[in-house]
Amino acid sequence: MSVRHSLLAVLSAGPMHGYGLKTEFEAATGDVWPLNVGQVYTTLGRLERDELVTAEADADGQKVYQITEAGRDELARWFETPVPRQMIPRQEVAIKLVFAMRSGVTDVAAVVQRQRVATVRALQDVTRLKAAAESSGDLAWLMMLDALVFQAEAEARWLDMCEARLARENTAAGTARRQPEIPAGQAAKRSSQWSS
Amino acid sequence: MVLLDIDRAGRAFGSGHLRVVALDDVSLRVSAGEFVAVMGPSGSGKSTLLRLAGGLDRPTSGRVLLAGRDLAGLDEAGLAQALRRQIGFIFQETNLLASLTAAENVALALELDGVRPKAAMAGARGLLDSLGLAATGSRFPGQLSGGEQQRVTIARAVAGGRSLLLADEPTGALDAITGESVMGLLRQRCAAGCAVVLATHNVRHAAWADRVMFLTDGRLAGETGPPAGPECLLGTGQAR
Repeated sequence: MSVRHSLLAVLSAGPMHGYGLKTEFEAATGDVWPLNVGQVYTTLGRLERDELVTAEADADGQKVYQITEAGRDELARWFETPVPRQMIPRQEVAIKLVFAMRSGVTDVAAVVQRQRVATVRALQDVTRLKAAAESSGDLAWLMMLDALVFQAEAEARWLDMCEARLARENTAAGTARRQPEIPAGQAAKRSSQWSS
Repeated sequence: MVLLDIDRAGRAFGSGHLRVVALDDVSLRVSAGEFVAVMGPSGSGKSTLLRLAGGLDRPTSGRVLLAGRDLAGLDEAGLAQALRRQIGFIFQETNLLASLTAAENVALALELDGVRPKAAMAGARGLLDSLGLAATGSRFPGQLSGGEQQRVTIARAVAGGRSLLLADEPTGALDAITGESVMGLLRQRCAAGCAVVLATHNVRHAAWADRVMFLTDGRLAGETGPPAGPECLLGTGQAR
């Protein structure tokens, strides 16, 4: 998540205090990604160092930040450049399933099923927010909720696929047990664990 | 009030070594105003469950009660009447009659309930109006988009105050936004006191429901329960 560019985007509308920037960012993204104040001031310090913003003290001695021309150029560049897809965030669910498979110490299908219930439940919650937001006319907020919906959907569909793969594997293993002419090693190999 | 009570229902086809169990010991209770989605891969028993709920098929074990009445105790005529009065069906194919306008399609459902033609037409127009479909009333199905046709089908399904809506993949052929508008309409009917059971592959659409059930090989594999609320989702408790 680019806090740096988001802060520039907020400042493009006008000068603001550091705390105001935090509040604006969180309001715009519906509090989905809360920022801590320290993170905001660290980022503003770097933006100032890079001459993308300037800071002046107001009557109360508090810093007011303003975007520079270089800052506007940087912001424009951000909007013009797609976010690279190779930045794959670490996904705990995928990592957990991989280790559930490889360790062999747990019922993987049950792990999948529990996760799917949790994921669909989260999806229900976002969908409720969306239904309520439809009438608000806040298109940016709706699109942000759509993003959360499609991410949860992707995870739920991937879990469906995992379940189907496990079911097929079980069926194949069952068939292999009933028909000894199929080399038993084949099914065992597919489900082999750390050695694979 | 519990409208639909499927109590440990099972449905098997064939016998001996050809016996196939499509549904095994599945229970589902749906109250007025509640929206339940049933998910599962092809062959998991979703449609069988919906057919039992709608009285289109009978369970080989367990019971199906509609507004407290065991459907097994009804003869064919009694069953047909109970279903027509209380249940609206929505399928992927809209099945609107092509030679009738949207309003006439809805009015026909009312006329079959014994409403006189003029009153049925007025009722149909009023219903379409309340569902934001007033503009479709005088048009023929062929002049409506897929989404409009599906919404008119929902209007027809709820005409006459039917209290239970059974929807089997109603959004299969629709684009993302139109599909959502159909879900929004089902949600709206729940708010008006209908009970809705939706069978779908689409998890985004299932998420419009109060509860989502997962079927695998004819058995209940999991259920989400009522939504936890957005506070849980966003962690900060400040969601707007």
